[in-house]
Amino acid sequence: MTSSRRTRWHACALAGLLVAAAACGPARPNTSMAGASDAANRVYVAPGAKDEFYAFMSGGFSGQVSVYGLPSGRLLKVIPVFAQNPENGYGYNVETKALLNSSFGNIPWDDTHHPSLSQTDGAHDGRWLFINANNTPRFARIDLATFETVETIEVPNTGGNHGAPFVTENSEYLIGATRFSVPIPQADVAISDRASKFKGTISFVKANEAGKMDIAFQLLVPGIDYDLGRPGKGPSHGWAFFTSYNTEQAFTKLEVNASKNDYDYIAAVNWKALEACAAGGKARSWPARYAHNVMSHTTHQATTEFKTAVNVIDPKDCAGSIYYLPTPKSPHGVDIDPTGEYIVGGGKLATVIPVHSFSKMMKAIEEKAFEKDVEGIPVLAYAKVMAGEVQNPGLGPLHNEFDDKGCAYTSVFISSEIVKWCFSDFKVVDRVPTYYSIGHLMVPGGDTKKPYGKYVVAMNKITKDRYLGTGPELTQAGQLYDISGAKMKLLLDFPLIGEPHYAQAIDANLLKDKETKFFTLADNAHPWATKREQDAGISRQGKTVHVKMTAIRSHFAPDNIEGVQVGDTVLFHVTNLEQDWDVPHGFAAMGNWSDAELLVMPGQTRTLTWIPKYPGVYPFYCTDFCSALHQEMMGYVRVSPAGRAVALQANVPRPAAAPPAAGKR
Amino acid sequence: MLPLRSRILLAAAAILMAGMFVFPIWSVALSAPQYPEGLAMDIRINTITGRTPNDLGNINNLNHYIGMKRIEPDTIRELRLMPYVVAALAGLALLAAATGRRSLAWVFAGCLAVFAVAGLADFWWWTWDYGHNLDVENAIIRVPGMSYQPPLIGTKQLLNFTATSWPAAGGLFAFAAAGLTGLAIWFARTDALRQRHAAAAVAAVTGAERVA
Repeated sequence: MTSSRRTRWHACALAGLLVAAAACGPARPNTSMAGASDAANRVYVAPGAKDEFYAFMSGGFSGQVSVYGLPSGRLLKVIPVFAQNPENGYGYNVETKALLNSSFGNIPWDDTHHPSLSQTDGAHDGRWLFINANNTPRFARIDLATFETVETIEVPNTGGNHGAPFVTENSEYLIGATRFSVPIPQADVAISDRASKFKGTISFVKANEAGKMDIAFQLLVPGIDYDLGRPGKGPSHGWAFFTSYNTEQAFTKLEVNASKNDYDYIAAVNWKALEACAAGGKARSWPARYAHNVMSHTTHQATTEFKTAVNVIDPKDCAGSIYYLPTPKSPHGVDIDPTGEYIVGGGKLATVIPVHSFSKMMKAIEEKAFEKDVEGIPVLAYAKVMAGEVQNPGLGPLHNEFDDKGCAYTSVFISSEIVKWCFSDFKVVDRVPTYYSIGHLMVPGGDTKKPYGKYVVAMNKITKDRYLGTGPELTQAGQLYDISGAKMKLLLDFPLIGEPHYAQAIDANLLKDKETKFFTLADNAHPWATKREQDAGISRQGKTVHVKMTAIRSHFAPDNIEGVQVGDTVLFHVTNLEQDWDVPHGFAAMGNWSDAELLVMPGQTRTLTWIPKYPGVYPFYCTDFCSALHQEMMGYVRVSPAGRAVALQANVPRPAAAPPAAGKR
Repeated sequence: MLPLRSRILLAAAAILMAGMFVFPIWSVALSAPQYPEGLAMDIRINTITGRTPNDLGNINNLNHYIGMKRIEPDTIRELRLMPYVVAALAGLALLAAATGRRSLAWVFAGCLAVFAVAGLADFWWWTWDYGHNLDVENAIIRVPGMSYQPPLIGTKQLLNFTATSWPAAGGLFAFAAAGLTGLAIWFARTDALRQRHAAAAVAAVTGAERVA
């Protein structure tokens, strides 16, 4: 690191400005092309070749997950999760809408932060991806065969579901925590009563069976702000660790009032003990109302079940279930190294990176080396649990990921850099600037027992002059660094969608051969599925008209519909009869003011709700270019004034007469 | 009486023909820029199947653009007959091998030859019919003078598709059975000739002695 750089951020430190001012950023990048061709070679995936890794990036305030190939940085797909997506009708159409159901109703948007890939024995198994909704606390399961959201569950008794949904090493549980303490259970109290009336919970959500997500138990904890978490692994398997801030319990101007204490805590939660307490009847069943939504790949419909109770455990009723490790200062991330021994805090206002030792922690617990207790929770002596402090980490260390060689990579927000250090001596061995203001970072497999240790991706909050400008709203972006050698090396900048809080990446070989290419039509159990053109048709139930429709290159059956009246609600149930890869059909009808389009995958059924307002004849058409005759893939629906008796009809092709067996000559 | 090696060869021919019940006899593969993974159909002894479960449906779906009839295996009478014909042929070969009767070997060889020629001719006729008898009225793509008969054997470009037709494992077994049958007949003839020559030689010698 150059002395001018050091001077620069020392100056920043003295200024004490916790803003990502450009003046406090790294030196202007050297824009010479030296090494550029080598970097270009490293990230160039030739036409027709495939990427090494699938990277799953959270969309942050976009509410979605985006899938990128690495090392190319090419966008492969946006998976809609917690926000409606008019591009494919997710969250609008009848079938997927229920995935957005909650106790607050159907929510069109949320804020996704942390993708977490399912694990078996601490390594990626390629089954699922989980992600949290931060605003209205929920978790989602994404199926990695279809790259679709298949399950969501609401988390009651929580405010700000941020420290989530990191998976335990066999995907037993997703963990979650209350970032913004609230009255639990909710109650009408004065905000100034925060310290006495607000609480937090730490939640454990059963995740290892598709369609059966469940809040296993919640631990009721003192009302401070729990920021991020990670489950232990290896020797620390059975524990989960959560950072906290605002031990001051401030409720206004937190940026000042929650930054006073020199130490906040990392909470160490023994979930094996909680399991035993829950099994031993120590949990109390609290009334609650929360939604559990499941998408079926046979009926192609999501359904909602409201649950009415949740198991809550008070630490007083379960001795040894939680301890506090003092950690400097308002720590943000907490990360567990691949061996499971080290618990690394990201003390965002601290001047060091604190590293706790799991084995020392266990010894301290055994020796009862407690400094004090907070609402009955023992606080362990800092000196007894520390493994080391990394000096000179830069300003504002946030998150850590790990390689396969015993080193850690820490994102440092204010000084806008990645710092590499190793567990052998807790000394910084390399640092590299990021452009600009890195938040999370990600090493493929970097949170598992088996990191791939080839790249680190920085996810930056500010891009300013890195791309062609696009007005006031600029993209946030990723940067890919090579970490295979002694020195980190910047290879690529690439824009990301929404705000990329965190990402995880998986070896493409674990997914690429198990993709679902299309849904088997014969297995489609949707109640309004139409599997043959001759089974299409139209029916009326009061003011609701059901149209059973098929789509195949390149026509709809039926394509002429009459007998609909103003005041009716028409449900177009469109089944895509194709049985081949990459042949979706779209469907939209003029004036579909209550819905987006449908994008129907082969073998799937999707339903558009169409409520005509005026008499007339309205076209509907296929929106996804499907064949040379795509433009011809359309039809008309006639709308008559209310009460005018026009016969309900839809032109459905009669089954083709079987050709005579001997008719060939 | 057939010599032993002829009888063994005939039995082997019968076993090879049994392979036609297990493996496809002929296959037609289609590839195009937008079908890098290819589409293929296998003609089996009693039906036609896609290489993957959906290939035949997808081929039919594509064929509707050019007005080609749907390929419906159930409507092809020859496919219902073929198992019996092949079984009878194999039975005949076994019978010839078991009894060692020369006449049965000849009958079998003749039937096999007729079956092979008729089968190929019939296959060609089907492909001609599918490729030429198009529903021109309703064809979406009409190219003047264009017909869509896939090759009997080899490769041919049909619009954006390259069609490749080859005997599959079952077909190769049938050809091999025919080869073995030919060999069996050849041995039967040469062995008979040799016997006759030997007999003649013996007769010559004994006759000479008698003369002497």
